[in-house]
Amino acid sequence: MSTRAAPTYRDSGEVVCAVRGLTKTYPAVRGRRGAPGTPEVRATDDVRLDVRRGEIFGLLGPNGAGKSTLVRQLTGLMRPDRGSVEILGHDIVRHPERASRILAYLGQESTALDELSVSLAAETTGRLRGLEARQARDERDAVLEELGLTAIAGRPLKKLSGGQRRLACVAAALVGERPLLVLDEPTAAMDPVARRAVWAAVDRRRAERGTTVVLVTHNVIEAETVLDRVAVLDQGRVIACDTPSRLKEQVAGEVRVDLVWRERAPLDVPEVAALRDRVVESGRRWTLRLAPEEARAVVSTVTGGAAFAALDDFTLTTPSLEDVYMALGGAARQGLVKA
Amino acid sequence: MSVVPAEVLPGSALAADGAARGAAELAPPARLWPSLAAVYRAQLSRARVARIPLLFVATFQSVGIMIMMRGVVDGGGEAHAVVAGSSVVVVAFVALNLLAQYFGQLRATGGLDHYATLPVPPAAVVLGAAGAYASFTVPGTLVTAVFGCVLFGLPLANLWVLLAVIPLAGAALSGLGAACGLLAPRPELATLLGQLGMSAALLLGVLPPDRMPEVVRFARDLLPSTYGVEAYARTFAANPDWARVAGDLAVCAGVGVISLAVATWAYRRAAVR
Repeated sequence: MSTRAAPTYRDSGEVVCAVRGLTKTYPAVRGRRGAPGTPEVRATDDVRLDVRRGEIFGLLGPNGAGKSTLVRQLTGLMRPDRGSVEILGHDIVRHPERASRILAYLGQESTALDELSVSLAAETTGRLRGLEARQARDERDAVLEELGLTAIAGRPLKKLSGGQRRLACVAAALVGERPLLVLDEPTAAMDPVARRAVWAAVDRRRAERGTTVVLVTHNVIEAETVLDRVAVLDQGRVIACDTPSRLKEQVAGEVRVDLVWRERAPLDVPEVAALRDRVVESGRRWTLRLAPEEARAVVSTVTGGAAFAALDDFTLTTPSLEDVYMALGGAARQGLVKA
Repeated sequence: MSVVPAEVLPGSALAADGAARGAAELAPPARLWPSLAAVYRAQLSRARVARIPLLFVATFQSVGIMIMMRGVVDGGGEAHAVVAGSSVVVVAFVALNLLAQYFGQLRATGGLDHYATLPVPPAAVVLGAAGAYASFTVPGTLVTAVFGCVLFGLPLANLWVLLAVIPLAGAALSGLGAACGLLAPRPELATLLGQLGMSAALLLGVLPPDRMPEVVRFARDLLPSTYGVEAYARTFAANPDWARVAGDLAVCAGVGVISLAVATWAYRRAAVR
């Protein structure tokens, strides 16, 4: 739930992960030998969330929004300054060691597994998750098969491509059942086939066991297709939290117009010059968020007359989660994804 | 893509029973010995990928040192010290230097998160890795010892004592290496500490102690690898003093227990930040 409008859920025990007032501040770093210091940073700022059983709950935000810091606090890897995290009735702030017995975590780094073979990485992780030897081998085989990794099971992670390595890490995270999966950008660098395999494996666990997933992503398209609900983070705060489609309704009245100029904008055309205050400029690209009639007027202006000569390309799109983020006043209006 | 609405999931009704309002049952943690064995096996398998640094570099280095020393040392007690010292330097290089680098790297890149989010006893991670690194030293130490004995014309009869020297000196040095790697705030510092420890083992272990000044000899006595060197060197004597060999090995074992305990504490500290 968002910090702005938190709907109240029935107190039915359906909430798997409840976060209240979670705050973590990184202290200021003093500059040394010419290097500038960094001021104190609020990595998570009074975060409040409820993740319900069986949903895929997303944390969306640009780099540095505090997603990974939040996730590290959920998994007991980092102690918050204030606030509480309760997962399936266990206080993770007071007992961080319990997190490993409730959830499986896929971090961004694979250094612990890099020099192991895919098969051994999955099996060892299963053993360390408390499985018996036999069980670990069986689950390893099943998960590798499910994710299509059997053919490369004997190869060390280090020798694989980025996407395959990531997939092997997902396999390791899935060996040994846990009711909650916390996945930090699981599909980064993966091709569409691998992505589908990951989401199919996650869905199967949801359907069969009611597994809950907390997912960190900055892939807007994936967020829209995969997530049940999403919390949008900005500078450590939850600025919105709802289903992707309901969030998009907030900006449903707007259309995004992208104009790409050949060299530079023809500011000598009065209609174009008038738009200048409202655009987000990025090199030759202008991005505008407009009401549909306005958008139509802009398009007819730039596709005819003097402006057209300067135009390279233009697109009209219905709003995405990225537009939601921008409309909510995301940091520095830079957008969610790097272009 | 997701096709299962959360409402129809099995067990949601069960969760609403009220009984589930209390804390959910925790999955069992991994037990010490099975997880230690799993970590050990996984670490050992890394030798396949990183064969050259883990198995060969130290051996080449020690063989080189012995060839160099051959021109300076003729035989007798000094030759004993050189061969024993060069053999134990292999242990110091791998168990202390490389393990410090490994843990330093793991800590700096967030690799420890992998272990920290698994219900595995910290001792299993530290002992498994330390054991594997100690094992990596076995072939190199044996090759160095045999080569040294042949080079200096020493008897091979008591070579078996290495079977005690390697694990005990290995425990002491790998505990030290793991602790350095896990406590160093930056990976470069971990590397530096490992290098310094290795250099100390090299200089104080290989060079015959008799001509050293008092201060250096005191430093030599503080270094755990020294006792491994001494234990092995004593066995070249015509009538080895086995009680003193056992005494030296007992010091290694004692330091090993302490340093591995410190390393386990350091791991706990490094895992949750």
